[in-house]
Amino acid sequence: MIGFVIRRILTTIPVMAFVALFVFSLLYIAPGDPAAVIAGDQASAEDIERIRHGLGLDRPFLVRFAEWTWQILRGDLGTSMFTGLPVTELIKQRIEPTLSLMLVTLAFAITVAVPIGVLAAWKAGGWLDRLFMAFAVLGFSVPVFVAGYLLAYVFALQLDWLPAQGYTPLSQGVWPWFENLILPAIALGFVYIALIARTTRAAMLEVLSQDYVRTARAKGVSEGGILFLHALKNAAVPIVTVIGIGVALLIGGAVVTESVFAIPGLGRLTIDAIVRRDYPLIQGLVLMFSMMYVLVNLAIDLLYTLVDPRIRY
Amino acid sequence: MTEVTVTDLVPATAAPDLPDILPPARPRRGIARFVQRHPAIATGLGLLAVMAALASLAPYLGTVDPTALAPAKRLKPPSAEYWFGTDAYGRDIYSRVIFGARVSLLVGFSVAFLASLAGLLIGLVSGYIRGLDGLIMRVMDGMMSIPPILLAIALMALTRASVENVIMAIALAEVPRVARLVRGVVLTIRGQPYVEAARASGCTAVRIIFRHILPNTLAPLTVQATYICGSAIIVESILSFIGAGTPPIIPSWGNIMADGRTLWQIKPYIIFFPAVFLSITVLAVNLLGDGLRDALDPRLAKRL
Repeated sequence: MIGFVIRRILTTIPVMAFVALFVFSLLYIAPGDPAAVIAGDQASAEDIERIRHGLGLDRPFLVRFAEWTWQILRGDLGTSMFTGLPVTELIKQRIEPTLSLMLVTLAFAITVAVPIGVLAAWKAGGWLDRLFMAFAVLGFSVPVFVAGYLLAYVFALQLDWLPAQGYTPLSQGVWPWFENLILPAIALGFVYIALIARTTRAAMLEVLSQDYVRTARAKGVSEGGILFLHALKNAAVPIVTVIGIGVALLIGGAVVTESVFAIPGLGRLTIDAIVRRDYPLIQGLVLMFSMMYVLVNLAIDLLYTLVDPRIRY
Repeated sequence: MTEVTVTDLVPATAAPDLPDILPPARPRRGIARFVQRHPAIATGLGLLAVMAALASLAPYLGTVDPTALAPAKRLKPPSAEYWFGTDAYGRDIYSRVIFGARVSLLVGFSVAFLASLAGLLIGLVSGYIRGLDGLIMRVMDGMMSIPPILLAIALMALTRASVENVIMAIALAEVPRVARLVRGVVLTIRGQPYVEAARASGCTAVRIIFRHILPNTLAPLTVQATYICGSAIIVESILSFIGAGTPPIIPSWGNIMADGRTLWQIKPYIIFFPAVFLSITVLAVNLLGDGLRDALDPRLAKRL
């Protein structure tokens, strides 16, 4: 088992290496010459050449890649071209709203989607099942910003139950923080709920047809006990896997949701970076989000081996 | 020795006359039968046909130039003259939404086609030629570890905004998923006895791949391509909405919504109409995908 854990951790190395190479190439082939930008309009060709040499921009690709990687490994993501601040500093300033939004969405989506999937599988073919699965197709089809505007229009503008926009840091109280996240989390959660509910239903259908479920029923276990204790536990692996894969949806969706609800997080930072073509910042953000995604899925894989005695490598 | 035949042992009346029990079957024909058997495919195709008709007939549907500015008529709410109202520059939103269908459908279908084609080739090579499999799949894993929207955003940051570049950026982000799917099918097919027989009888690798393995990948690939089409339409609108997609001058649903973003609390109709068209189109594509999946792969249909 230790062997598996080590091997699984090692497999993330080539993946991260590829991501790093891609992100580095982004800056390498990006249009515009940083040396010319720094030198300014009046600079001569020699000045630009000198600055380029000074920055090390005239050295071969692989040398620069190796140096850049070493820099990243020491925790330095470079300097933002627009603000002049270190990229890590900018990310630190903006990470709280994004993490809050993603965690609230995750908690909300799982609490809603898993029971939906379980009930749909229990009553497979019935009207409840059809209703839930129709809802799932809708969830896949309504883009996150459409859902966001719809919710904000109904619950903030018309009914005035919740704030339409903005973010309050957690340090100013739990309710003000949570209040601002309810609508964005529901909007962002739609696709995620559809994905998890469908997978839960499929996994449960598989498990419910097995012999030990019939045995449990025969010895008088309640339906609730069968569904949520016996069956769900055994259907957990695909469900947890898809929750991990779906984090990609959360990351992509957060960029848009933050824009709809005016949340000053990493998503807004990403959009600003693109509008300003701030390549070091774009690099840092793509690298950070991808790492987050890879590490979440690594953690989930390792969790199985600890939790599920059937998985032995 | 007397011969006993089976017919002697079985009474002639053993089998009930089925036609008496079953209601008389009246087979429907043509379109009605198809709609009855595949309601999801029919609904999806029907809605898509309407959208395609709107997109191709856009100039003849009472539209005006979707880019024409009319400062005197800005921010008019929906009325008999301006069905969907006008935006902050006085442009007619109805015309913009109808013309916007062109961009969405073009992007959706092009991405589905390009990503499937590239993914198919990569998947076939990776699944059949074991020596290349490890390397190719590591690269695909790497690409998949960058969330697709983020990958498309990063690629768009490198190039100038154009519909072609949007198509390329979204397609590239979808390729690894197709490649994985195709590779999976190839791996299960390549061990089948009939493939071995083909190899033993002297078929070349190319012939085995294209004649014996490729046809098995087409059903799951078609389903996957449909879902890619739906997600590409969403990603295009998201890219345009955040200002990293279709150039603002071209009317696309994401661009119209981006224009209405700052005004949405007072003029919600600017966002409402493109949002409805966008959602209906994606819903149509997804219904088609679900229907195709159920029709082409009964085993999967029971599970999902």
